Amino acid sequence: MSIRVDRDLCTGCGSCVEICLYNGVAMINDIAQITDDCNLCGACVDVCPVEAIVIEREELKAEKMDLTQYRGVWIIAEHFKNKIHNVVFQLLGKGRELADALKVNLSLVILGANFDDNLKEFSQYGADEIIYIKSSILKDYYSDLYVKTLTELIIEHKPEIILIGATPMGRDFAPRVAKRVNAGLTADCTGLTIDIESRNLLQTRPTFGGNIMATIKTPTSRPQMATVRPGIFKPLKKSKRKVIIKKIDYDYNQKDSVSKIVKIINREKKKINLEEAEIIITGGRGVGSKENFKLIEQLADCLNAEVGGSRVAVELNWIEQDHQVGQTGKTVSPKLYIACGISGAIQHIVGMQGSEIIVAINKDPKAPILKLAHYGIVGDLQKVIPELIKKIKKIRTEKEI
Amino acid sequence: MKIFVCIKQVPGVSEVKIDPKTNTLVREGIPSITNPYDKNAIELALSIKEELGAEIAAISMGPPQAEEVLREALAMGVDRAFLLTDKAFAGADTLATSYTLSLAIKKILKELKKDEKYIVICGSQAIDGDTGQVGPELAEELDIPQITYVQKFQIKGDKVIVERIFRTEEVVVIETNFPVLISVLSEINIPRNPTMSGIVDAYQKKEIHYLDAERLKADKAKIGLDGSMTQVWKIFIPERKGEHIILTGTIEEMVQNLCENLKEDKIL
Repeated sequence: MSIRVDRDLCTGCGSCVEICLYNGVAMINDIAQITDDCNLCGACVDVCPVEAIVIEREELKAEKMDLTQYRGVWIIAEHFKNKIHNVVFQLLGKGRELADALKVNLSLVILGANFDDNLKEFSQYGADEIIYIKSSILKDYYSDLYVKTLTELIIEHKPEIILIGATPMGRDFAPRVAKRVNAGLTADCTGLTIDIESRNLLQTRPTFGGNIMATIKTPTSRPQMATVRPGIFKPLKKSKRKVIIKKIDYDYNQKDSVSKIVKIINREKKKINLEEAEIIITGGRGVGSKENFKLIEQLADCLNAEVGGSRVAVELNWIEQDHQVGQTGKTVSPKLYIACGISGAIQHIVGMQGSEIIVAINKDPKAPILKLAHYGIVGDLQKVIPELIKKIKKIRTEKEI
Repeated sequence: MKIFVCIKQVPGVSEVKIDPKTNTLVREGIPSITNPYDKNAIELALSIKEELGAEIAAISMGPPQAEEVLREALAMGVDRAFLLTDKAFAGADTLATSYTLSLAIKKILKELKKDEKYIVICGSQAIDGDTGQVGPELAEELDIPQITYVQKFQIKGDKVIVERIFRTEEVVVIETNFPVLISVLSEINIPRNPTMSGIVDAYQKKEIHYLDAERLKADKAKIGLDGSMTQVWKIFIPERKGEHIILTGTIEEMVQNLCENLKEDKIL
């Protein structure tokens, strides 16, 4: 494997130097030259207008995989307290689109204990088939049992694509399954499309904290596995479909797992669901005080919205951690996101840039958030928000009449 | 007991900025740091050593300058440091990375005495790639159990007892045997700062062991770009969607204008 520059083709335009994240290419006498810092990421290959940079991969000795044996799109279900995680329905929506493009079946795979009565309902979200592995111990999550069961199913059925929610649980078993079946796995995808000719899944994900997007493919092996953050894709509207249900009983018991769940400590469940919210009002440092944060809550109330906070707002204890939006908090994609007193640090933007409409209220005209926002108001939020509340209430009453 | 801590050098992500005029990266002055979660992993290893006694080996894969994060680990108190560096490792995805790390661990495990236990500790994810995949893949490669997202860790005799957090509503207490790989959350501890004498030792008394593909007897088809199932096909800077309007006028006018726009967008 090597990377080289065709000196005759290189025009010295410098696009490669600009795109490189690693200082892996430099201009020497107006010709691009690869440096020791090159990480072979391929960004320069893609950006070069004259195709002067090439990465050559050695033909692997390992036998080439027969990709045509692999067909179908799978969604692996996650559940908690007998409830299927919302991301599963979102993945079924996206999975339907991918399966249609590839003209193959979409399957929902559930490892669980008490879902017999729900299968009919689950069949309305786009799947052609539900594979339900039933075992009483699988009401809880056992890492090794998930990996073992899924690996066996994958080897038997050979799906070409497997999508999993990028939740802590998904991120626990997906890599281990990928390693066991020697599959490529792309984490935290925000975009998935099919290259019809090669049947490759093009997996787009944010990297370097979301400033840069990378599109990843797995051209030489199957299955292609990807985890997807909750809240990125939309579920389909429920509709009646003909669905094949395969229920298989497994007689797992405690001894089959190397780990033992000693106890489960329940913590207070907060009634907040930022990932699913249609409207979110978020406050940051500029809100000024815990007292002022009530303004954010009032605005949220009148819009029937959820309240979010930046990292600073959480650290200052103006709002609880569960409400944090950003890299170390939640990733959200509401229809409307109103950022109040938030400057727009990258870590925050990563968590909310998928919002359909972004409104920013900030008194600093140079705040980066104003460049991202669809509508920006430069002003004192203590004056802007009360005015906004007044206006919205007026619109709401007009509508009712 | 032997403790392996896997650490990664990452760019201080918050510093990576885009020049809005040219839509390209501003790279000047990006500092390299130890991945913050990996410092929690080091701290946990040190606290286990202090309580029960152990030898700690820190392992990192990366370019030669990743030596810095290993020096920091040595300064914090780890006993040995191994840098896996080779041009042939470049372009590795998580599968190839976990394979390479496992070779180093297996090499050191040959020193393991009869009945001596070992554990592997990782941070739950790196702040640059953010995948959290290397830990579980490494556990699979070593064929040992894993527990991820750990916020509390305890050794009781022959057992390891941890608290794992997948969701805010629930803490799961899990018991397992040695050996085990765990990945830790930042809640687990507060990493110590190196002492002055620690820093001096890290540079003067302790050394960094370099391991390349040959010394690790790596299978060429499993390392670097050639060993990676996933390939980066395209890297791009996302374009911002839609128009960007800075509203002007008095507060009343701006709010009026905003509401009209939101009505048009069918939000209100």
